[in-house]
Amino acid sequence: MIFSNLAGRLQETLRKLRGKGKLTEIDVDEALREVKLALLEADVNFRVVRSFINRVRERAIGKEVTSSLTPGQMVVKIVHQELTALMGAKEEKIRVAPQPPTVVLLVGLQGSGKTTTTAKLGRYLKMQGRRPMLAAADIYRPAAVRQLQILGEKLELPVYFSEGKDPVAIAREAVAAVKKQNCDYLLVDTAGRLHVNEELMEELRAIKEAVRPEEILLVVDAMTGQDAVNVARSFHEKLALTGLVLTKLESDTRGGAALSIREVTGCPIKLVGTGEKLEDLEVFYPDRLASRILGMGDVLTLIEKAEAAVEKDQARDLFHKIQDDRLTLEDFLEQMRQLRKSGLLQQALSFLPGVNPKHLRGMQVSEEDFKHLEAIIQSMTPEERRNPSIINASRRKRIARGSGRSIQEVNRLLNQFEQSKKLMKQLARMGKGGFPMKFPFP
Amino acid sequence: MLAKLKNSLARTRQRLVHQLEEALSLHSRISPELYDELEEILITTDVGLETSGRVLEELKARVKESREERPEMVREFLKEILVDLLSLPVPPAIDRPPLAILVVGVNGVGKTTSIAKLAAYYKAKGCSCLLVAADTFRAAAGEQLAAWGERLGVEIVRSREGSDPGAVVFDGLAAANARRIDVVIIDTAGRLHTKANLMAELEKVYRVCTRNLGDRNLLTLLVLDAGTGQNGLNQARVFQETVGVDGIILAKLDGTARGGIVLAVADQLRLPVVWVGTGEQPDDLRLFDAREFVTALFDET
Ligand SMILES: Nc1nc2c(ncn2[C@@H]2O[C@H](COP(=O)(O)OP(=O)(O)OP(=O)(O)O)[C@@H](O)[C@H]2O)c(=O)[nH]1
Ligand SMILES: [Mg+2]
Repeated sequence: MIFSNLAGRLQETLRKLRGKGKLTEIDVDEALREVKLALLEADVNFRVVRSFINRVRERAIGKEVTSSLTPGQMVVKIVHQELTALMGAKEEKIRVAPQPPTVVLLVGLQGSGKTTTTAKLGRYLKMQGRRPMLAAADIYRPAAVRQLQILGEKLELPVYFSEGKDPVAIAREAVAAVKKQNCDYLLVDTAGRLHVNEELMEELRAIKEAVRPEEILLVVDAMTGQDAVNVARSFHEKLALTGLVLTKLESDTRGGAALSIREVTGCPIKLVGTGEKLEDLEVFYPDRLASRILGMGDVLTLIEKAEAAVEKDQARDLFHKIQDDRLTLEDFLEQMRQLRKSGLLQQALSFLPGVNPKHLRGMQVSEEDFKHLEAIIQSMTPEERRNPSIINASRRKRIARGSGRSIQEVNRLLNQFEQSKKLMKQLARMGKGGFPMKFPFP
Repeated sequence: MLAKLKNSLARTRQRLVHQLEEALSLHSRISPELYDELEEILITTDVGLETSGRVLEELKARVKESREERPEMVREFLKEILVDLLSLPVPPAIDRPPLAILVVGVNGVGKTTSIAKLAAYYKAKGCSCLLVAADTFRAAAGEQLAAWGERLGVEIVRSREGSDPGAVVFDGLAAANARRIDVVIIDTAGRLHTKANLMAELEKVYRVCTRNLGDRNLLTLLVLDAGTGQNGLNQARVFQETVGVDGIILAKLDGTARGGIVLAVADQLRLPVVWVGTGEQPDDLRLFDAREFVTALFDET
């Protein structure tokens, strides 16, 4: 088993699987076999890979294949979505304690990058107008305290240290010092330690007890291998971590350890370190890391392109309909649904009929407006939707009754639809050449 | 010291052996599943897909050739293969001092601490030592090395933060020459192998060394963290290309990480492991022994 040409083999699999309706077990298993290898190559823990693959398998089998994709691509797309979801759906902020100061404890193995991250986080918070103080609680590694002090000086941030005291005492005293110095954050740098060193793990627990941190961040080297799960599990069990920081991510590591750790702790990845300089700290983007771990850049790009092409086709279709005056209420409804999904709704709403312009002020559009609009259009017959000009008074009455709206509302919708159609035709004409950029719909 | 290594590997070993035992007991005859499970064990120790695959192919070939039918013998074969893989020639001893050791690696792997351990080792052997602080980049890196020097009673040459590392090395080698030092150990700044400018800087340091000493008296050691995943292979490859790595120091083997990446490095780059780090104290360093390493991984006793 030599997997030197993983990408090539994957393409092969994907090609073979082209052109089916629903994902079969065979489709899914074949594609997932490659995914599994990719994840292992990326250092995702063996057991994590196994459970992840099993989950995705169940979700994928029987799924409809989007017309633009091959079944293999569809599976990869699902894997990518699942990975992204697993990495965390939204950006995670550093918490604030209800009562200042907010204490943040940074913990981790030796050499993971705690001291540098402590300083970076100090700078990050300072840039946000906070007043952080750093505390040097690594009394073991030679010159670790000095390292933090130098970094603190560079950043013009106070660094608390007390010669001859143990780490628990230093941390405790630092909390008092923070209050005195009118700072609002305390970032405690701790010594690197092995998760199996019970004495030192106990020390961390004692520090936690003493300072009651709002955040306990596990600092992890992004290049870590299979052992990441053991490390993360031990730290989490002992301390109940609140978040992760992934360091050295500017390297060429695939970063699969992040997935392993995420899986065993459930903690969000809050920040990533991307360089040795103190400004090299960034918020975390789940989808980027998901793509990186999966490492199927080519395939993912292919999927994106295929899907973009389809969207473009649909847009072009619509464009021609508008030009030829063939736009129907059905098209409108479909556009609305899409816009709603894409979040571009507000932007395009002014072109939609039946929406009360009052509600558009401040970009606030009520869900109700759509519901009403949708209800009215859905109460029409397909023929009416395609050709609104046939809607006479009795039809209006029937539509109003069917949708539970007033006749006036139905009238307004139809008027605005006509107006919008004209407007859009104008826009389409204007946009000729620059299409689709100037077109209000994506 | 032997006891210490064994101790530190015991935890690592236990789970591994357990898995292996489980794998073996499930199969009274050698079956495809047995190989799958052995592969799992290799992968969970960071050996990586490619080398694991190759090792297993070879294992199958040996089993076939020997017509062996007992699963428990598979373990012996596997051990043999791994030992063979790791038994690469280590750099020869030099005939005339000084010996200069250039220690390189990515950030935080354990370079400075390993240097302290090396100094303790050579000092105990009766050699005179000098440490050169060529990490002029990281805050307090010089202080860290100086603290070790003081603790071990070993002299150190250093310069202020931000100064040219090549110049410090030049000064260090000159001082070693003047003082007739036996072993000069050079600490370099941690750097990612992907940073071209930092690798170029390292190459310059390397050239300063070779120009002053000639190739034969220079030993370049790459420190790998035992917890490192497949990226360790990239690290080794690029450092090897840049400064001609002679061998590996495998640090932090006292945790639960098994350091299987050195098998991939041995297989694909032919780089031998020379030293093993097993803790944070100066005497937590051992000369690497392939059989001992593999035995400690796979053996119960
Ligand atoms: N448990 C354990 N810790 C180690 C070992 N070797 C080094 N360390 C610890 O790892 C941390 C980093 O070690 P350093 O020697 O400073 O690493 P470095 O490679 O010089 O780091 P930079 O110069 O910052 O790139 C320190 O806390 C060391 O005590 C080892 O074999 N076992
Ligand atoms: Mg160092």
